Amino acid sequence: MHLLDNESGTARLRASEPREGIKASRKILVEAPATVPSMDHLDELEAQSIYILREAFARLKKLALLWSLGKDSNVMIWLARKAFFGRVPFPAMHVDTGKKFPEMYAFRDRYAKEWDLDLRVEPCPPIDSVDPTLPPAARSAARKTEGLKLALVKHGFDGLIAGIRRDEEATRAKERVFSPRGLEGEWDVRDQPPEFWDHFNASPPQGAHLRIHPILHWTEADIWAYTRRENIPIIPLYLAKDGKRYRSLGDADITFPVASTASNIDEILAELEDTKVPERAGRALDHETEDAFERLRVAGYL
Amino acid sequence: MNMVLPSTISATPNGTTRPQVRIVIVGHVDHGKSTLVGRLLHETGSLPDGKLEMLKAVSARRGMPFEWSFLLDALQTERDQGITIDTTQIRFRTHSRDVVLIDAPGHAEFLRNMITGASQADGAVLIIDALEGVRDQTRRHGYLLHLLGIKQVAVVVNKMDRVDFSAERFGEISDEISAHLTGLGVKPSAVIPISARDGDGVAAHTPRIGWYKGPSVVEALDALEPARPAETLPLRLPVQAIYKFDDRRIVAGRIESGSLKAGDEIVIMPAGKIAKIKTVEGWPVTPLATPQTAGRSVGITLDRELFIERGDVIGHVAQSPRDTRRIHARIFWLHDKPLSKGDQILIRLGTRETRANVVAIDKAVDPGALSNEETNSIARNHVGEIDISLAQPIAADPYHENPRTGRLVIEVNGRIAGGGLVLSVDAGQRAVPVDIVPVESALRADERSARYRHGGAVLWFTGLPGSGKSTLALALERRLFRNGGSPILLDGDTLRAGLNSDLGFSHADRSENIRRLAEVATHLARNGHIAIVAAVSPAASDRAAARRIADSAFREIYVATPAEICESRDPKGHYAKARAGGLPSFTGITNDYEPPAGNELTIDTSSRTVADAVDEIERMLAESGILFEEVADLAANI
Repeated sequence: MHLLDNESGTARLRASEPREGIKASRKILVEAPATVPSMDHLDELEAQSIYILREAFARLKKLALLWSLGKDSNVMIWLARKAFFGRVPFPAMHVDTGKKFPEMYAFRDRYAKEWDLDLRVEPCPPIDSVDPTLPPAARSAARKTEGLKLALVKHGFDGLIAGIRRDEEATRAKERVFSPRGLEGEWDVRDQPPEFWDHFNASPPQGAHLRIHPILHWTEADIWAYTRRENIPIIPLYLAKDGKRYRSLGDADITFPVASTASNIDEILAELEDTKVPERAGRALDHETEDAFERLRVAGYL
Repeated sequence: MNMVLPSTISATPNGTTRPQVRIVIVGHVDHGKSTLVGRLLHETGSLPDGKLEMLKAVSARRGMPFEWSFLLDALQTERDQGITIDTTQIRFRTHSRDVVLIDAPGHAEFLRNMITGASQADGAVLIIDALEGVRDQTRRHGYLLHLLGIKQVAVVVNKMDRVDFSAERFGEISDEISAHLTGLGVKPSAVIPISARDGDGVAAHTPRIGWYKGPSVVEALDALEPARPAETLPLRLPVQAIYKFDDRRIVAGRIESGSLKAGDEIVIMPAGKIAKIKTVEGWPVTPLATPQTAGRSVGITLDRELFIERGDVIGHVAQSPRDTRRIHARIFWLHDKPLSKGDQILIRLGTRETRANVVAIDKAVDPGALSNEETNSIARNHVGEIDISLAQPIAADPYHENPRTGRLVIEVNGRIAGGGLVLSVDAGQRAVPVDIVPVESALRADERSARYRHGGAVLWFTGLPGSGKSTLALALERRLFRNGGSPILLDGDTLRAGLNSDLGFSHADRSENIRRLAEVATHLARNGHIAIVAAVSPAASDRAAARRIADSAFREIYVATPAEICESRDPKGHYAKARAGGLPSFTGITNDYEPPAGNELTIDTSSRTVADAVDEIERMLAESGILFEEVADLAANI
C-alpha cells in the first residue's frame, strides 16, 4: 500500500540523518505541495500500529506491553510513545529468563529510565517445572511461557501487547491482531474469531487474556528501516563483529549469531535484500523438530 | 521454519520504491489455491535456500508425493488433514510490485478465516478447477469479494492439464463466472487458463495454452493497484479516545478519509456540536503545522471544552456524516444461530458501539446456491439485507459515498458474527448541523461567580426511591439561595412530565432520560449556576455518561439510605403499588440499583438530620472549589 512512486527527499533525509533529521524532515513536509501523497510505507505501518495500540488501550482494562528488549519490542515501545504522545500509559513487562546477554540487561536498565517506563521484571520458574517431552532448547524457552503465566496471575492483566510479526515464522503468520487466549494462556489456532476492517474481538472471557499484536503486519526490513528513520536505540549485538551478528536475540545459551559483515543499519538492510536465510535461523528452539515451535505457541509462547 | 522473504520496502538504501499490493487467493476447496501460491513463490525466485529440498525430503519421509501446497500448509494439523485452516500471509515480488499474498481457506467451515484474510486485500485471485467448474464456494467467495468491497479480481482456471488444455472448456467456465461476477458489480480484470502444478500460465505462456493471448498470473498481479487512502473524500475522523495525560485534552483517532489541519471548523457527530481545531498534536515534535491526511493516526485539541467521546465522528462543517438511529445494510452472517427479525445485536461502526434491534430482514439468500431462494432469517454463511434500529444515534455514511465509514460489524456474545455494507441511513428529523450556530452567553463565568460566590456545578443525587434525594435537594437549594447563590433544581420526575415525556422506562429510555438531564444541568453549570439533579439513576454506566458530559463540574452524592427504610417511607406510594404488581420496572423492588463507586459524598439519611446532611454537602462543595468564602476580585479582571 505505499503511495510514493520514487523515494522522496523526505525519506532520504530521514534515512541518513540522526536526531536533528526528524525536525528537518517535517519542515520539508510543510513545503510539499498538497497534491503529493503524504504517506510512505513506513508512515502507513506506523499509523496502523498506533491505531491498534489505541484500540487496545480503549477496550481493555489492564494492559501490559511485553518488552523482550529486542529490535521489535523497542519499535513497539516507540510506537506506544507516539500513540500516547510521549507517555507509555501501561507497564512494560520483561519476563526474564535470567539468561539474556549482558548487553540486553544494560540496555533495559538504561532505557527503562530514559523512556520513563513503568518497568516490571518478572522471573521465570526453574527448568524442572517445564514439559519434559519438549526438546532441550524449546524446553528452555518454554520457561518464558511459565514465567508469563505466573505474571498474568500476579497482576491480573487482561491484555498483553506482544511484538510478533507475520513474516518471522509460519505459525505466527496465522495470528490475529487481537488474539484470544484460553484460561491457561493457550492459543486455539483452529477456532480463531473473524477479524476484519480493523474491528477487533476485545472481550476475553473471565479469567482469560488477549494478546495484542500491533506490529504483526511489519517485516524484518520494515523494523530496521523504521529504527533508522526514527533513530531508535538498538543493542549492539545486532551489528556485525568479527564476521558475525545476531539477527534475533533470545537466551544467550540457545541463540547463535549468523555470518554477516553488516556493521550499521544501512548494511543490514542491504543484506536483507539478498539473503535467503530465515531471521530465526539462529534460534535453536525453532529447529529441533518440525513442530517444536508450533507446540510452544499453542501452549502460549509468543 | 521461515519460508518468507522480507520484501523490499520503500526506504531501502538503494532500491527504488515499488508499490505493495495485497492479494487474496480465494475459491472452492481443493481447486488449487495453495498449489498456486507455492508455484508463484517458486516461479518468482522467492523460496529460501533449501526450503523446497527440505519439504521434498519431509514428504519422502512420510511416504507422500510432494505437493506445492506443502509450502504453505506449514502447520502440523493442516498437513494431517490436507486442507488450509487459516489464512497465512507471504510475500514475493513481481516485475513492478511487492506482493503480499494472503492464502484463504476454501472450505465452508472456515469462511470466517477467508473473510479475515480477504478483508485486508487490495485485489483478489478467484481460482476455479477446470474439471469441476464453478462450485458453490466459488460463487460464495465471489459474492463476499463484492461485500468486502474488493473491486480488482482476476480469475484463474486451474488444472487445465486435466481437461487437455481445452480452449472450449475454458470458454464455458470463463463465461459462467464472468456473468456471475458482473451481476455483482465486479468486472474480472483477466480470466487465465493455468496448470499450477506444471507451471503453465503462472509466470509464462506455454505451447499447451498457445491459444490464450491474455496475461499470465504474474502479469495480472503486476497490473493490480494498491488501495489508496481516501484523501479526496470529506473528512471523517472517528474518535478513538480522549487523552488527558497532561494539561492537554487530546482527541485521538485515525483519519478514515479527507484531511484536517489546525484552524479547521469542525462538527462533532452525532451531537452536531461545532468547534475549531486548535492544534494537531504529535510526538516527539508537536504541534504539527502540516495538513494530516487519510490513513494517519492523529491527535487534535479543540478551541473549546465540549463533551466528546469515543465513537463520535468529526467532519468538516457542511460535509458532516449523517446522524441516524436507523440503518439499512447488506450483510454476511457467520454465526451458527441464524439472524432473525427481532434479534438484539451489538453493532460496531467506526469506533462507535451500540445495541441494536433487527427490525426487518430482506433478500436473505445462500450466495453459493444457484437459485436465489429467499428465507426470512439469515443462516450461517448466507447474506441478506437488514433494517436495524439503534439504541444510540450513530454517525454513518452510505457505503457508496464513503466505504470507510459505510460498513459495520455485528457482534454476538463478544465475538464478531457478521458484517456488511451500509446501503442507506435514515437521517430522521434532526437539524442539519450547518444550521446550528451556538451563541455564547454575554456574561463571563467569573462575572457570575463573583455575584454568586460559587462556580458552576452539577450536583447529582442518586439513590433508591424514598432515600431522601428530593428532601436533601430542596433543603440544599434553599440554603444556597439564602447565601446569595443561584441553585436550580432538576427533579427527574418533574422533567419526565415535560421535556422527557416521550420516554418510558426501558433501559434505552432511562439512559436517554439521564443524558438529557445531564445536558441541561451541564448547560446551567457552564453558566455559573448550581444544577441540583435528583434522579434514581440506577445504572452506573448512565451516571458515568452524565459525569463525562458535565466533566469537572460533576459532584455525585450517593444517598445511601437502607432499602427497608426507603420502602417504609414510600413518599410517593410507589413501593406499595409495585408490590401490588402495578409498576413492573420500579427500581425499589427490582434490585437493579448499582451503587456508585468513586462518588464525591455518601449520605445515609436514616441516621442524621437534614440540616446536618446539608452542612456536609456544603463542606464538600467548599473543599472541592465550588463554593468560596471571598468574593473574587473582579476589578483585577477589568
